[in-house]
Amino acid sequence: MDLLNGIFVAPFVQMADAPDFLVQVLWEGFVSGILYALIALGFVLIFKASGVFNFAQGIMVVFAALTLVGLYQKGVPVILALILTMAVMGILALAVERFIMRPLVNQPHVILLMATIGLTYFLVGLGEFVFGGEPKQMITTELGLPTGSTEIPFGAQGMVILQHIDIAAAIIAIVMVTALALFFNRTRIGRALRAVADDHQAALSVGISLHQIWAIVWFASGLVALATGVMWGARSDVSFALEIIALRALPVLILGGFTSVPGAIVGGLIVGIGEKIGEIYWGPLLGGGIESWLAYMIALVFLLFRPQGLFGERIIERV
Amino acid sequence: MFYREAGQFKSSYATDQAIFPLLQDRIGFFTILAIAFIGVPLLADDFILDAIAIPFLILTLATIGLNVLTGYAGQLSLGTGGFMGVGAYACYKLTTAFPEVNIILLILLSGVFSAGVGLVFGLPSLRIKGLYLVVTTLAAQFFLEWCFIRIGWLYNYNVSGAIDSPERSLAGGLVLTGPNADSVTRYLVVLAIVAVMTLLVKNLIRGRIGRSWMMIRDMDIAAELMGVRPLVAKLSAFAVSSYICGVAGAMFVFFYLGSVEPAAFSITLSFQILFMVIIGGLGSLIGCYFGAAFIWILPIFLRNVLPAIGIDIGAENIVHLTSMIVGVLIILFLILEPHGLARLWQLGKEKLRVWPFPYA
Repeated sequence: MDLLNGIFVAPFVQMADAPDFLVQVLWEGFVSGILYALIALGFVLIFKASGVFNFAQGIMVVFAALTLVGLYQKGVPVILALILTMAVMGILALAVERFIMRPLVNQPHVILLMATIGLTYFLVGLGEFVFGGEPKQMITTELGLPTGSTEIPFGAQGMVILQHIDIAAAIIAIVMVTALALFFNRTRIGRALRAVADDHQAALSVGISLHQIWAIVWFASGLVALATGVMWGARSDVSFALEIIALRALPVLILGGFTSVPGAIVGGLIVGIGEKIGEIYWGPLLGGGIESWLAYMIALVFLLFRPQGLFGERIIERV
Repeated sequence: MFYREAGQFKSSYATDQAIFPLLQDRIGFFTILAIAFIGVPLLADDFILDAIAIPFLILTLATIGLNVLTGYAGQLSLGTGGFMGVGAYACYKLTTAFPEVNIILLILLSGVFSAGVGLVFGLPSLRIKGLYLVVTTLAAQFFLEWCFIRIGWLYNYNVSGAIDSPERSLAGGLVLTGPNADSVTRYLVVLAIVAVMTLLVKNLIRGRIGRSWMMIRDMDIAAELMGVRPLVAKLSAFAVSSYICGVAGAMFVFFYLGSVEPAAFSITLSFQILFMVIIGGLGSLIGCYFGAAFIWILPIFLRNVLPAIGIDIGAENIVHLTSMIVGVLIILFLILEPHGLARLWQLGKEKLRVWPFPYA
């Protein structure tokens, strides 16, 4: 009876009692959902264009943030550091295309997955080797990102606190997604990208260079990784612990489907908000810390009913 | 010249179906077995036994477990670390509850709990395939890890939150586990368990069950039409795989680490074992041994060799450099031989058959 009360009654009473707290939780969930969505976006970009499940996306996030901070600490002016980091992500994209994608084309999914895990090992080693392994402070103010917070009165005597950096994160994420959507739909390269995603062979036969497309896609998700790294780094430290957030983004992919950009965003929001609400209202029931697997369980249950995700393409199999 | 099947006739069904049909293979196999059982304990020092041989064998067993699931039944899984943890914690609970029961029996029994958990988390595989399944097995991994941390009953509510292997001995007074156990004893026990399990798995795979797994892997719809029940085949693969992983996990604690924190069974371990499977070769038992050796021994080797050849960059940087080199080697390896070390072994044997001529 106590348990039933804890599951079905108490959390809702709690929500109704403190609506300002609920809004606060929803906002926090929304922000982390957006960041999950950004990571998932990086995955989706690469998966669509090359069929690679890029496990290294998480480490690319860390690597980009680390490069930025590391360069700044070595005395490079902030704008130059930003440009240099983008250049590093570009070089990384070219290298991945040349040394991983090209020789491994047409291999089974699992081999490509393993190759990206190999890439993860390499980037972890390289990042720590060059910039050191200790956690670093993100250069938030130097990048011109706002700090501080605004308190908005809510309800009778309630209060919702909005961190400025979170608002900035939301805006940047929205801008980024819009830019990517425009890029995909309105430019020549974007159309080539979609053609490759649809059918490699057909794309090749109308003269689209797969190598070029792959390099562009990896570069694009490198940039997404940089943005994610800056945002996430501003909320906590820049360290290799951030790598784990990439694993958190996997349920997002499941909810949204591996090949859908809107799916990544919607999935990200569902996971972000669901995770926070679950942790705050139902977490204590189980002893807390359920954030680490709740999203997976949501995804698991979801998969049983809709294996292709919210927006994924229906898989039709033939013998 | 030496490795020829000429003159070896198979005159009965039994000889035709033997695991090692060639005399040379049998000689080689028993030589290796003799070296492992007699040579290594006599010659190796405690460091080699403790840091290399014992973990290598245990990880090999875990690799075999995952290979049953991924290599033979075609179900990709990243929950290996979690399933190993279930075995370890089950064994810990069993041996603290029944201290008088033989520890080896309990280790073998603890795999059953792991198999049960594996069955539950294997259920989604009936509807989900490929990369999506990876994510559901990650659910198992993270959920189990959380259980090991949060459920105090599992580690008998001790303050450290870690489980220690208590001292257990055979009736004759031979100490098997705990801080006082001799390296050689532990090595021999581990080796015996791993050898027997390998043999069992080998025969399981050659039989009806193993073949149904492979049919499911190659084309599940066709297999279903041929009368293989996907439910039974997939779930039995999950159960057998988790059983083996559970036993490996229990041994990991009781014969290798001695005391573990929940972090020992993290996602990193799952990755490491998946690497071993893929580097070794999907769907090959000997590949499990190669893969485990490659992934486990290579970093140790690099860590010791790099300073020795004059690259002195400090202990910390060695670790980073090792990580980089391992990453590059893995990618290189996947490019050069996507079918793993087992395939190289096979090619080598074929070359040896016609040696010293280029072809025969």
